[in-house]
Amino acid sequence: MHEVDMTKCLILSMEEWAMKKNKEKIIVEKINLKIGEFTCVEPISLINTFNAAVLGSWLDSSEITIETIPFEGKCSKCNRSYFPKKDNGYKSPCCNFNLEEIISGRELKIASIDFKEK
Amino acid sequence: MHLPISDKIELNILHQNSHQAEKNKVKFNNYNLLCLNIMSSPGAGKTRLLEKTLEDLSTEFQSAVLEGDMTTNLDAARLEKLNIPVVPITTGRACHLDANMVSGGLKLLEKKINPHILDILLVENVGNLVCPAEFEIGEHFKVALLSITEGEDKPLKYPIMFREADLILITKVDLLPHLNFDINELKSNISSTNPKADVIEISSITKSGFDLWQKWISKKIMKFKK
Repeated sequence: MHEVDMTKCLILSMEEWAMKKNKEKIIVEKINLKIGEFTCVEPISLINTFNAAVLGSWLDSSEITIETIPFEGKCSKCNRSYFPKKDNGYKSPCCNFNLEEIISGRELKIASIDFKEK
Repeated sequence: MHLPISDKIELNILHQNSHQAEKNKVKFNNYNLLCLNIMSSPGAGKTRLLEKTLEDLSTEFQSAVLEGDMTTNLDAARLEKLNIPVVPITTGRACHLDANMVSGGLKLLEKKINPHILDILLVENVGNLVCPAEFEIGEHFKVALLSITEGEDKPLKYPIMFREADLILITKVDLLPHLNFDINELKSNISSTNPKADVIEISSITKSGFDLWQKWISKKIMKFKK
């Protein structure tokens, strides 16, 4: 259940962000996350954990949105990008080369925060 | 009520952990202390490997251990018998060490010994192939263990762990004659997941592969201390 610890980190980051905004005077509507496919995060678990963790807190009315970032690699032989698949050991379909360079899919980001001033 | 505002911050979710991990690394660097994060599933042989490694390593280098465990101090007690400084970190319900826990462990270590005299800090993470891979602790290198009793497919099933590792130790290879295990398939799966990782086959019973593992550690310490 590392989503619990990820949620803790997320809430701490939100606290840090809110300190610069004057927390008492804002309502956070959406926290927009970008989560890569090649991470250990299960999006629905993260949302459920967050919803449970913020009950009764200043983030109670906020909603998490998750944009999934595809897992994309680059073939080190021909430089073509491709979507690595577990079934063929993440090898490039063009040259059957091992996955050396990951272009995207490792993201664990707060992309943006939508909020209103009271 | 005002109109909604969108603040584009593009901040890592684990920013708080990464920030503390950076602080830990600065401390390690100031102490001239190489830190290895040792990770694996439960029962892959981390503690046994450390026992055997420290027996040899302590003749050449000053070592210490931060010992992560969910509920007990059993592993720490085993390592304390080697007369090296060991700090147990009991994580409770958390299935991995994070940078704050390691920072706390380092503070306790500082009370036991002056870290300036140490060469290497071995951090034994909690047995788990998922969570520890995402949480930096300030380590210089990640070492992942995979025992042959776990199956050839594990690098594909838990790719983040094996992708993140700088070194992968294939453990319990003394059991090879007794198992229907294809080590070449395992190595191929490791290469698929992480073609850049160093790989060493090792046994804590026969100590085969220990010469390579000790050389790997020595090389990293010497390079770090330059």
